[in-house]
Amino acid sequence: MKLRELAHARTGDKGNLVNISLIAYNEANYLLLEQHVTAERVTRLFSPLITRPVERFCVPGLGALNFVLHRPPAESVTRSLALDAHGKTLSYALLNMDIDSAEP
Amino acid sequence: MKTVRIGAGAGFAGDRIDPAVELARDGRLHYLVFECLAERTIALAQLAKRQGRSPGFDPLLRLRMEAVLPLCRKNQTRIITNMGAANPQAAARETILLARNLNLAGLRVAWVSGDDVLALLPNHTSGDHRETLVCANAYLGIEPLLDCLRANADVILTGRVADPSLFLAPMVHEFGWALDDWPRLGQGTAVGHLLECAGQLTGGYFADPGYKDVSGLDRLGFPLAEVSPSGDSILTKLIGSGGLLSIPNCKEQILYEVQDPARYLTPDVTADFSTIRFSDDGPNRVRVFGARGAARPQNLKVSTGFHAGLIAEGQISYAGPGALARARLARQILENRLHWIAIGDLRIDFIGIDAMHGAALSSPAPEPYEVRLRAAARFFHAPDAARLTQEIESLYVNGPAGGGGVSTSVRENIAMDAAYLPRQAVTPTFGIEVA
Repeated sequence: MKLRELAHARTGDKGNLVNISLIAYNEANYLLLEQHVTAERVTRLFSPLITRPVERFCVPGLGALNFVLHRPPAESVTRSLALDAHGKTLSYALLNMDIDSAEP
Repeated sequence: MKTVRIGAGAGFAGDRIDPAVELARDGRLHYLVFECLAERTIALAQLAKRQGRSPGFDPLLRLRMEAVLPLCRKNQTRIITNMGAANPQAAARETILLARNLNLAGLRVAWVSGDDVLALLPNHTSGDHRETLVCANAYLGIEPLLDCLRANADVILTGRVADPSLFLAPMVHEFGWALDDWPRLGQGTAVGHLLECAGQLTGGYFADPGYKDVSGLDRLGFPLAEVSPSGDSILTKLIGSGGLLSIPNCKEQILYEVQDPARYLTPDVTADFSTIRFSDDGPNRVRVFGARGAARPQNLKVSTGFHAGLIAEGQISYAGPGALARARLARQILENRLHWIAIGDLRIDFIGIDAMHGAALSSPAPEPYEVRLRAAARFFHAPDAARLTQEIESLYVNGPAGGGGVSTSVRENIAMDAAYLPRQAVTPTFGIEVA
């Protein structure tokens, strides 16, 4: 199953940081997210784009995880040569993650 | 119980104007806040002012004010906005002139200044020696805004002020919260953070057909908060307006542009969003409560802007059988002819294939019917930028078969970084004029 079936997400940016929130549609599924969508797994997913491990913040009260990606200095929103300099589309790369093949 | 009604009239410089007019007309607002100043917007305004191309305030100031000033005057709604950009005092004068033209004599227009701290950072550099510092603006907090409100300003025009502070100031003013009442400042900052992007709370940047359905985005209503003296608030929008204000929306927006949700730093407070709660209060009505706060940071964040050369860009499309192979051939030609561009200063993507997430994340996708090559590069010498756009154009005649739809552009690049200054080094000032 794709993560998209369980959760929704929004990307924000600050300089060369990108944050992606991941929010369970049903708060009962929060623990599943916390168990399967680890910082290590998200780091592997985004490894071509980042310079150090992804940080993960847990917000159980909202049924949400917040991931912070560190991009290279040249990939800040105001310096990047990319079409999506903000990284606003990245939330859907996370939602495309397969959840049943996840190692806990 | 006293309730203060605060509306969000804009979430970025180019935002729609009609939702603000609807809020001003029908929202029974005490305050209407326009957040129009992104990180880079103020740098562009500084440059335009210095080069004499503009007075330095928001180019849409007049249009927005014309649209809402008479309604706000009639409904006793005070306006707070960072549309002052690089020249709040000139923005105030412009607003005064406009008010006189609209027969709004007596309108009190305040400006807040002191955010320009370029003189305090004479030797500041970015990591790239080719870049030069052009502006530095400290994020001011609520204090100068409170001065303006106490002076009975009807309109307040600022430059760089932390976005949530634009919303927090009226709460502190109306309810008399102490400037070290961290839990209330934290909750008020959460409400401000939820409102600051306007339509992003009411269904914008949210809709996903089949998963998160939103109707009426073409006539999206912007949000307003009904704030109680404790800071607990109802978030809502006008009945009949388009969009959706729901708990999932609020959850996305409270975490938007946030790193550690327990430590969201503003000039006013270290806000803690990790304990926030949302509950349903009817259709398009969400109650928000439970955010907290701790002492404000000692340093103020400073947004620094650097001349970072020119970015030149060109695109060309290929379609039908072999589209991707021909696009790849075009890339090879470009790479051979543009080898003189430093590594890291040239980027070539295929739109529809890998332009968003890079080749590694995008590889499982099937080949589409059409592919658009996009090349972008950074230059510090204008004729070099023209060489890139010429290379893209010449792919028509000298490149692979069936290339079409070339577009090119060259733009000045201002890059933004963050710096920090002790709060004592920054002195906010304000003034007030009467129409």
